[in-house]
Amino acid sequence: MKPAPFEYHVPTTVEEALAHLRHYGGEAKVLAGGQSLMPLLNFRLSRPAALVDINRIGALSYIEEENGTLRLGALTRQRAIERSDVVRSRLPLLTEATALVGHLPIRTRGTIGGSLAHADPSAEYPAVLTALEGQVVARGAGGERILRPEEFFRTYLTTTLGPDEILTEVRLPIPPPGSGWAFEEFSRRHGDFALVGIAVLLLVEGTRCAKARLVAAGAGPVPARLRGAEEILERDGLTEQSFEAAAARAAELVEPDSDIHASAAFRRHLTRVFTLRALRKAARRIHGGH
Amino acid sequence: MGTVVVGTSGRWVGRPLKRVEDPRLLTGTGTFVDDLPFQNVHHAGILRSPHAHARILGIDASAALKALGVVGVITGADAEALTRPFSVGVSAPIKYYCLAVDKARFVGEPVALVVARNRYLAEDALDLIRVQYEPLPAVVDPERALEPDAPVLHEAVGSNLACHRRLVYGDPERAFKEAEVVIRERFRFPKFGSTPIETYGVVARHDPVSGVLTVWSNFMGPFIMHPLVARALGLPENRLRFIIPPDIGGSFGIKTSIFPYIALICLAAMKTGVPVKWIEDRREHLLASSSGTDRVTYRELAARKDGTILGMRYRWYDNVGGYVRSPEPGCTFRPIGNWVGPYRFQDLDVEASVVMTNKSLTGPNRGYACGHLYFETERMMDLLAERLGLDPAEVRRRNFIPPHEFPYRTPTGGLYDSGDYPAAFEKALTLARYDELRREQARARAEGRLFGIGLAVAVDPSVSNMGYDTVALDPQFRSKPEYLPKSGATESATVKVDPLGKVIAILGTAPQGQGHQTIVAQIVADELGISPDDVTVVDEMDTFTRIWGISSGTYSSRFGSVGSSAVALAARKLKARLIAYAAHLMDLPAETFVFRDGQVSPASGKGPSYSIKDLAGRAHWHTESLPEGMEPGLQATAVFGFPQANAPDLQDRVNSSNTYGFIAEVMAVEVDPDTAAIRILRYVTVHDAGTIINPMIAEGQIYGGALHGLGGALYEELMYDEEGQLLTGTFMDYLVPTASEAPTIEIAHVVSPSPFTTLGAKGLGESSSMTVPAVVANAVSDALAPLGVRINELPVTPTRLWALMENARGAKR
Repeated sequence: MKPAPFEYHVPTTVEEALAHLRHYGGEAKVLAGGQSLMPLLNFRLSRPAALVDINRIGALSYIEEENGTLRLGALTRQRAIERSDVVRSRLPLLTEATALVGHLPIRTRGTIGGSLAHADPSAEYPAVLTALEGQVVARGAGGERILRPEEFFRTYLTTTLGPDEILTEVRLPIPPPGSGWAFEEFSRRHGDFALVGIAVLLLVEGTRCAKARLVAAGAGPVPARLRGAEEILERDGLTEQSFEAAAARAAELVEPDSDIHASAAFRRHLTRVFTLRALRKAARRIHGGH
Repeated sequence: MGTVVVGTSGRWVGRPLKRVEDPRLLTGTGTFVDDLPFQNVHHAGILRSPHAHARILGIDASAALKALGVVGVITGADAEALTRPFSVGVSAPIKYYCLAVDKARFVGEPVALVVARNRYLAEDALDLIRVQYEPLPAVVDPERALEPDAPVLHEAVGSNLACHRRLVYGDPERAFKEAEVVIRERFRFPKFGSTPIETYGVVARHDPVSGVLTVWSNFMGPFIMHPLVARALGLPENRLRFIIPPDIGGSFGIKTSIFPYIALICLAAMKTGVPVKWIEDRREHLLASSSGTDRVTYRELAARKDGTILGMRYRWYDNVGGYVRSPEPGCTFRPIGNWVGPYRFQDLDVEASVVMTNKSLTGPNRGYACGHLYFETERMMDLLAERLGLDPAEVRRRNFIPPHEFPYRTPTGGLYDSGDYPAAFEKALTLARYDELRREQARARAEGRLFGIGLAVAVDPSVSNMGYDTVALDPQFRSKPEYLPKSGATESATVKVDPLGKVIAILGTAPQGQGHQTIVAQIVADELGISPDDVTVVDEMDTFTRIWGISSGTYSSRFGSVGSSAVALAARKLKARLIAYAAHLMDLPAETFVFRDGQVSPASGKGPSYSIKDLAGRAHWHTESLPEGMEPGLQATAVFGFPQANAPDLQDRVNSSNTYGFIAEVMAVEVDPDTAAIRILRYVTVHDAGTIINPMIAEGQIYGGALHGLGGALYEELMYDEEGQLLTGTFMDYLVPTASEAPTIEIAHVVSPSPFTTLGAKGLGESSSMTVPAVVANAVSDALAPLGVRINELPVTPTRLWALMENARGAKR
């Protein structure tokens, strides 16, 4: 379990990092928190010619609120997000999801940008980005591209990020006050990747559900936006009947796979169970309830 | 611990002394095999078969040999030319070498080895070795492997059956004829290990001048490993030196199976002429270290309507993987003396098949075969209760061996030394408030909740008798004049006093984290009336300097029972010598002296006393003062052996262990009807391990054993696909329970001192690993009784349980 030989670079600016990436023409890998990449290297499943270690680019680590959007530097550690007061008050969905990412030592090293760029469909952050209709900023030689989740995630562990691009920022719109939210997941042990995870965001106007966002993690090649289920909630309102109907619809919409931890049928079933649980929890939280 | 003061009445044994080992381990200053410094050490990388079953047509290592930093490559051809196959415990002609020779028989089997300047370069060079394989069909299921058209792993054997024994005790035919109730069931027990935090590590150095091969390794013997490796390498045993580093990071039986790697690294050191080091990485560990067997069982139980068991039939298919690696097939025979468990039935029919398949090799794993045994038996007890409409507690009560019958000879030859099974069982029920739990269950069920209560009991064997393994050979084979019978369970210890009166205790084996230094200091302090602080315990094994026997080692829950006996006896011998010396100095008969508080005093109370320090100074500095015939120096060595450890008789009866404890457990669970998640609400475990030397260490062992059992019950399985590829090769897929998954464990003890050990202590190291699979399966089955779901296969994962629940609901709809 020793990696194959590689060159190692430690740039201190994004420009410097991009120059290294260009030099290797797709044969280099960006090292951020390393929580997924290091095992891949040690198993020799990934054999890049070079590692571009961005951990010294201090400018990539920040949490800022600006015009109704939370901007997070790609190198922001998950643990910093978990402990951030501004995240907790503006985007509690992100706080709740972050606490479910791996274990504390993993979150201490792991970064939000790394998790998104790794694009594991079972992971929490891709689902949260999708539910919040956020954006990621990809910087390359030609400047910046701003990508929506559906433009960013392609399939398992694959994004549209170019080989000479670096994910620099994550932008998450702050939902209006009084919204309901929940992240619920089922995993075999504490800290494991979820068999199924559900992110819910409910925006209300008066008693009406103005907007529902429902995303499933672990139930397909990319985070699954469950539009058919969202429509039921937006049409029929936030009642126990509509929750059940939306949960049943959600289970029809996902395309899970079978693996040693769960059959596709079980994942589909869990999608229904956890959609329902997440919706109930989110509804309880509307207007500051718990 | 020096702050605790005990007087004449106080004893150190029985106190929860803090472990003297912990400060160095908790501050990261322990010394493990990987920490040992060596000059010019080179590192091994091992090339492993990607195929489950393949003929090796050729190996081209030329490019690897030219690679940077490489000093040598070893292949199967070297193993065949320079070593002998390991002895196997069965009569089938199985050739098992330290490297694959003609064929690879499981994914991960070592095929070649590179020695290089460092591990990185060694692994780079592995990429350059070209092996030409002819892939062959694989078989992974033990029943499928016995079908006539199954692929055969060892052509010389002719089938995949490594060993088959039919063992009949009493008259099971009659028992089943007379039965009023017969229960039949099939069970599957999973393949899982114990994943010690420290993996295997071996460093070997060959001295061409003396011809001595020295091995530093985290083995747990020397046990049979030393003779097995010496024989494989063709070395006289006094040219092979095994040394254990000061610390080992856990074993749980798994490190018994390190010996093929010891032979392999020795071969590499001999061939390359440099010291060679190999530290197993976690991927190698999951792929190819060791695990317990997966087993398919067919059980039959004959009983009367009142719940009295008349007899049982066990038909076992134990899957040992690609070869039989010693001490397998202990997976089948290790618990032979306690096959009947705590029950008094006399008629037993066992048909055991040891089967080879294209899975990794097996060996002792905490509870060695007892987790399998009690999972089956205790499930059968619940099925009997269900059939008869009796409370599962009552069915057990009606079959326990009564307390007045100890020592109790089981029909299979076991000699249970002591116990009071009903008392321990009732204690567990009381502690769990069993009747109240049943009422709670009734309320929960009325609300539609899935609430279950499980019971499990077990006889907990410790200190295995080497002889048990030879039941794998039939009695005719064992009767041949050239056959050397095997038996034994021994351990040694030396206690010596230095000229200033401080004590050193030297052990004949090494722990892997059990805390020998702490408990030996407690025992010696009691025997000599001194403080544990005054005792230094040396527990690092060195086969050239320690006194050891073929059964020596820290396995089979041995030390608390056999090791503690040797230590106490050595201290007593030394004490007798101190008395004799003091008597000589006073010119009085030895009988008139007593040993108290670290002093030899006249029993009359009149006259001077001699402290240990005083006597030690005189004895070491002034040998002329010793009585005639007394050896100079103040040390005593004791080798303790159990006379009850016999070789199997012609009826295949053998006392397979030497002390037998008892475990009684109650568990309450609730199953989420939507997710099939299992929540453990209560878990009570009562143990009878005789005298408890250190209750804190005992509690730690019970916690650890319970969590290992929980792994096999709920989480862990080395899963293979049909082609023999391992599906759980990392800790992302092979799920080990962590602190977050640990339930609250309520522990209590009952003490029935063993009459066969010096302190009355029995082993406790494996403990609840052997009951938790049973108690979980019984509790979950009970929770799902309204659906009619029975747990006869482990681990009970959510996806499996949900499928069972859906099937049952479908059948009800």
